[in-house]
Amino acid sequence: MSSELPLLSLVVWTPIIGGLLVLAIGSGKHVLEARVVALLVALLTFAISIPLYVQFDSNSFQMQFVELYPWIERFNINYHLGVDGISMPLVILTTFTTVLVILAGWEVIQYKPAQYMAAFLIMEGLMNGVFAALDGMLFYVFWEALLIPMFVVIGIWGGPRRVYATIKFFLYTFLGSVFMLVSLIYMYFQADSFAILDFHALKLGLTAQILIFLAFLLAFAVKVPMWPVHTWLPDAHVEAPTGGSVILAAIMLKLGAYGFLRFSLPITPDASHELDWLMITLSLIAVVYIGFVALVQKDMKKLIAYSSISHMGFVTLGFFIAFTIFENTGSWNGAAMGIEGAIVQMISHGFISAAMFLCIGVLYDRIHSREISAYGGVTNTMPTFAAFAVLFAMANAGLPGTSGFVGEFMVILSAFKANFWFAFLAALTLIIGAAYTLWMVKRVFFGEVANENVAALKDINAREFIILTVLAVAVLFFGIYPAPLLDVMSVSVQHLLEHIAQSKL
Amino acid sequence: MADNMQNIYLTVALAPLVGAIVAGLFGRFISRSVAHTVTIAGVAVSAALSLYVFKHIVIDGGEPFNGAVYTWMVSDGVRFEVGFLVDSLTAMMMVVVTWVSLMVHIYTIGYMHDDPGYKRFFSYISLFTFSMLMLVMSNNFMQLFFGWEAVGLVSYLLIGFWYKRPTAIFANLKAFLVNRVGDFGFLLGIAAVLMYFNSLDYADVFSAAPMMADMTIQVIPGVEWSLMTVICILLFIGAMGKSAQVPLHVWLPDSMEGPTPISALIHAATMVTAGIFMVARMSPLYELSTTALTVVLVVGSITALFMGILGIIQNDIKRVVAYSTLSQLGYMTVALGASAYAAGVFHLMTHAFFKALLFLAAGSVIIGMHHEQDIRKMGGIKKYMPITYWTMLIGSLALIGFPGFAGFFSKDAIIEAVHLSQTPGAGFAYFAVLVGVFITAFYSFRMFFLVFHGEERMDKHAREHLHETPWVVTGPLIALAVPSVVVGAIFIGPMLFGDFFNGAIFVSPERDVLGKLGENFHGWFAFILHGLATPALYLAMAGVGAAWFLYMKRPDIPEMIKARAGVVYTVLEHKYGFDDFNDKVVAAGSRALGRLLWQVGDVKLIDGFVVNGTAKGVGWLSAVIKHIQTGFLYHYAFAMFVGLFALIALFVF
Repeated sequence: MSSELPLLSLVVWTPIIGGLLVLAIGSGKHVLEARVVALLVALLTFAISIPLYVQFDSNSFQMQFVELYPWIERFNINYHLGVDGISMPLVILTTFTTVLVILAGWEVIQYKPAQYMAAFLIMEGLMNGVFAALDGMLFYVFWEALLIPMFVVIGIWGGPRRVYATIKFFLYTFLGSVFMLVSLIYMYFQADSFAILDFHALKLGLTAQILIFLAFLLAFAVKVPMWPVHTWLPDAHVEAPTGGSVILAAIMLKLGAYGFLRFSLPITPDASHELDWLMITLSLIAVVYIGFVALVQKDMKKLIAYSSISHMGFVTLGFFIAFTIFENTGSWNGAAMGIEGAIVQMISHGFISAAMFLCIGVLYDRIHSREISAYGGVTNTMPTFAAFAVLFAMANAGLPGTSGFVGEFMVILSAFKANFWFAFLAALTLIIGAAYTLWMVKRVFFGEVANENVAALKDINAREFIILTVLAVAVLFFGIYPAPLLDVMSVSVQHLLEHIAQSKL
Repeated sequence: MADNMQNIYLTVALAPLVGAIVAGLFGRFISRSVAHTVTIAGVAVSAALSLYVFKHIVIDGGEPFNGAVYTWMVSDGVRFEVGFLVDSLTAMMMVVVTWVSLMVHIYTIGYMHDDPGYKRFFSYISLFTFSMLMLVMSNNFMQLFFGWEAVGLVSYLLIGFWYKRPTAIFANLKAFLVNRVGDFGFLLGIAAVLMYFNSLDYADVFSAAPMMADMTIQVIPGVEWSLMTVICILLFIGAMGKSAQVPLHVWLPDSMEGPTPISALIHAATMVTAGIFMVARMSPLYELSTTALTVVLVVGSITALFMGILGIIQNDIKRVVAYSTLSQLGYMTVALGASAYAAGVFHLMTHAFFKALLFLAAGSVIIGMHHEQDIRKMGGIKKYMPITYWTMLIGSLALIGFPGFAGFFSKDAIIEAVHLSQTPGAGFAYFAVLVGVFITAFYSFRMFFLVFHGEERMDKHAREHLHETPWVVTGPLIALAVPSVVVGAIFIGPMLFGDFFNGAIFVSPERDVLGKLGENFHGWFAFILHGLATPALYLAMAGVGAAWFLYMKRPDIPEMIKARAGVVYTVLEHKYGFDDFNDKVVAAGSRALGRLLWQVGDVKLIDGFVVNGTAKGVGWLSAVIKHIQTGFLYHYAFAMFVGLFALIALFVF
């Protein structure tokens, strides 16, 4: 807006070009230089993203920092970027998390480190592209291109069953997005434009809406992931290196959720209304069913992967209870809290899941096991680390005062207005979430030193300390004072709600 | 003035937090004495200012304060704020919390003297003090929930303070999860409040509540329930967790795995009374639902009676006191259910002092005995630990309601109030609290006699080292013994029958049992004289006498009873089976369900059938077209883009 610089293009292309630069430097002996450049690029991108928040006009629902250039004029495809109060926080979350991931892989990754860093930088640019794209085709290109670096990261730096995991990941997500492409093209023929905002205004019949909704659902549900298309995630997490897990959990899952807000709800409001029972059911299954599954995991990464799915259930629940609230109370009052709570949950889960996977990474780097049974009494040898781990575990269990509480609280409050039993089932997470998280903490961190590996553990070093401190501050800050986050999004959410309240039929 | 007072309230809450942060985050840079000095100073500031606040609000009759500190967030037109409501109820709680906390802080210097986690412990108990203050000073439901869960967190950290002990880390997980069951109900209650009042601010909700009295909602489709009943019962489920009411009481006895100072502070005097405080605070809501009051009354009576009975068979000195806490919490709950909120809160206050005293005295015995907690291995300690002996005697007399001691006034008031109450369930409650008096006296003095009198059953080594504890331990005991004697007589008039709680606690006229009692109240001394003519006193005396006879005079009889009472004894030994049920049905059932959903749902059905089935199909297909596979990733990526543009081209032309 007031800025002269094309900020969104910069947050998209700086890391991509920077990543290519790192690749060029790192192929040889200049490993340290490559790492330093990668970190600088990540920091620079984060710095560039700050003005997006500072200069953002939170009183406007309009797309801001808009850039519009023709790209493929023949099909009216444009290079069209812009953010509103929903996508802007996600862009900043992405640039923030990437810095941590680069730092987290600093000396841990010894095999082809430059390529590793480059992959994450390129991923960062592509993810920012997904959040900022206002053109359907541009969105799709970023969306699909994103699969490649993630595929590479798991495939090259992953664990022993990485081939199975990557293929599963690829099959699932690719299958999902093919149908999205078909929908995009169908809408292009209706609107004669690929602009997402034109899609929003597009009149569509109920059948068309339902088909489009289902096509998008397939793409987005896989990414979130929603039950029952979630089984790729635990495998992908287990095989992915720490950085891959962090990006996967913190950002990639949010892409799917973001898709519901940017595409499904505003483009097909009537279909969303028709099928909200399906979305609510799947969300509640995610919260409860997956919570029980998380309880019995023996692998820490799998446990947190299932916990992620369960937490993302709150996101999709918050999105789709609006219609039931209207039917139940005769007013849209309360619906915005559900959507806002869901968005807060997305951001918060970004911090907390990143922190949890980084904590598991800290242990894995030392003992090379993710099995809960390989640990016990870690507090004895790593007291500082244990303090961080307990803090993040509590955040994962939704303790008030941490960011993990805010979103869940808002969604539960909102769900109560829709139906007592929605809130009842969702609130079960208070018990189940605490059970699986703290039981793991008990078995890993408390008790006597379990074996000589644990006895030989060294507490976290300065680099790890900094990473975890930054995340701890974020988790606590938004737990104690979430207002800044709510303030930027509320006008955009209100606008979205007004839009979906209008039937297109 | 208001601004000035707001700064004082902020200081009261934040001073302990500062101490906690210094001792917790910077523990490695400071010495032990700096850690305890900083935290004690923080709590001392709070304690002194709390007295000032008490004087300002209660004695000088200052205006109650109700204001926001900052806006937590605004969503959907609802302002979620962090703010304070300071009226007489809050002021009283602030004094109790900060002063008991101060005593416990000082005591900790002695109790935790040799512990490697010394600084961490001080940090935790200061953090607890901050959380508890935020809870009692809140002016809205959200912050109440914040404080509610924050004290739960600190309780978790402190029960598991000795994190190497398997029993301690089992107990803290159990405590947190059971409390979460309560919080689950509590959160739904808050959601109901927000839905129907569109605000979480106490003042807004309480003033609108009477208009909602006749509203009904359908939780189960087709069945109309009173809105107020639903809200009050949901909130009360939270209170059942925090204040350990049956069946959510199971965590409290196990919480004794934590160090004794926190048993006194958290699991006797303050945190566990949060539920009592909450219901009293919500009296404008509870008064609108007779059904909810009946639930409160019955749950409280069951807890008061049946948990007291378990106190009789405990042999761990701390567990005896723990079961007595459960039983006393039941008494307070009974008072709430009988609409005698002031009596419940009054008992909360007297109990805070004498129960903290009993726990700290028990801790003193434990120090003297070198961390032996089994009362069967004690006996005759009186002559070695005279200060502990006399203070514990004062605490015990206060607990059993000996005339003139603090507990006498509060307990008698509850019994009388229940006697007058017309709320359904009051008959059973009256029976339960009366029988409870005998039982309380019996188990209290059973422990007292076994510890301090009779033959010395400890081994020679322990006896040689037995001596009175240092002044940091005995000082707090003496300091707590004073209020355990006098607070009852001082406050019974104003709190129960005066205007102490005017504006803070609301009772509808037709249920005002304390008002009725007050008609015959003629000062504390007359109350004592009246107490001499009630059955409660004689039941208490009978309990002491029975304990003396059975454990001092004829110790063979209890053994005989134990041997004869087979089934009854087994039931008591298993604590009525709650723990077994939770372990074998709830916990094991959840794990079995988890395994089932995982192995059958995820692995067999989704992955095995759908995903891998598809993959096999694809695999077969790909075998046919295998020869275009090169194994180079960039070829695939390239092919993807080609495919993408080909698709676009296909659609467009």
